[in-house]
Amino acid sequence: MTAALINVPKKAKRGDIIEIKTLMSHIMETGYRHTTSGQIVPRDIITSFACRYNGEEIFRADLFPATAANPFISFFTIATESGKFDFEWIGDNGFSETGSASITVE
Amino acid sequence: MRFAGTIVLASLLVVAGMAARPLIATEIPPAERRSGYTFMGPDTKAMQDDDTANPGMLGVIDGEALWKRKTGTTGKACADCHDNARVSMKGVAARYPAYDKELGRPVNLEQRINLCRARHQDATPLPYERHDLLALTTFVAEQSRGMPIAPDVTPELEPFVAKGRDFFMHRQGQLNLGCTNCHDDNWDKHLAGSAVTQAIPNGYPIYRLEWQSLGSLQRRLRNCINGMRAQNFEFGAQELVELELYLMVRAQGMTVETPAVRP
Repeated sequence: MTAALINVPKKAKRGDIIEIKTLMSHIMETGYRHTTSGQIVPRDIITSFACRYNGEEIFRADLFPATAANPFISFFTIATESGKFDFEWIGDNGFSETGSASITVE
Repeated sequence: MRFAGTIVLASLLVVAGMAARPLIATEIPPAERRSGYTFMGPDTKAMQDDDTANPGMLGVIDGEALWKRKTGTTGKACADCHDNARVSMKGVAARYPAYDKELGRPVNLEQRINLCRARHQDATPLPYERHDLLALTTFVAEQSRGMPIAPDVTPELEPFVAKGRDFFMHRQGQLNLGCTNCHDDNWDKHLAGSAVTQAIPNGYPIYRLEWQSLGSLQRRLRNCINGMRAQNFEFGAQELVELELYLMVRAQGMTVETPAVRP
């Protein structure tokens, strides 16, 4: 049960600069914290995020332990054609989530 | 004579000082009450206002899934009795904590959910402050977003409101502070750089940036009680529920913001 929020404008004019916003549910445990008995809480973070626009990668980010829980990533791109944005989050312990959103470019 | 005159003048000054700044706690006049939202910076406000940037909405999504999931030995989901939460849960969080006839005391929203699990789903209670209970509570409370806080203070609830108010007003702990000393008398000031605020619980469960997660009003209350270096209470303690109840009565008419973002 992993919730994600993706915000891509449904419509845009060709050549418009559009903002894409994503929010992924994740604890982002740094690996630097200890339990009360002194044991290290193992690192559990998202390590990479990527976005493809009709198959072509337009944005990629590496994430590190200093990133806050539930990473919010927003970026801009130019609306060139109608189609689909595919998002992918990959992390520790086999974490792998995908999401997508469609856009109509007029 | 001159000496006596000085004493009179000094006493007058003391009296004047007291008049300007009363030593007894004063409750905030209704028109001057402000949501914690109004104390926040523009970035945090923007985070709360945008449903796709507000991390509390992740809890709402998870809560909705839990609402529909069958659980317990009866195999019933919340939705099997309450159907569409957008209709059936509208306004519920705005009037909680509410009186439970069977227990003869007020229960908060988290406790109501667990009572429902025990009585109707035959399921184990969800532990306090874990994601599932927070998510379900956030989902239920979000159905009241935009509505005014409207506690239903029936005669049987009145003594509990009075107890909660008593807790709020009385000094306690090693720092010898009462809630009122900050939240009624000094809400316009800062404590270690943070706004003191008025203790208006209109956005719980909140996504608190400091916690990096959702958290309940009781978690926040326990933070404050620790800060006063007073004896704390376990989650679900009657004292905390009474305090919650008083705070909701005190915040009557303020708009529910759940899931609020707070620094």
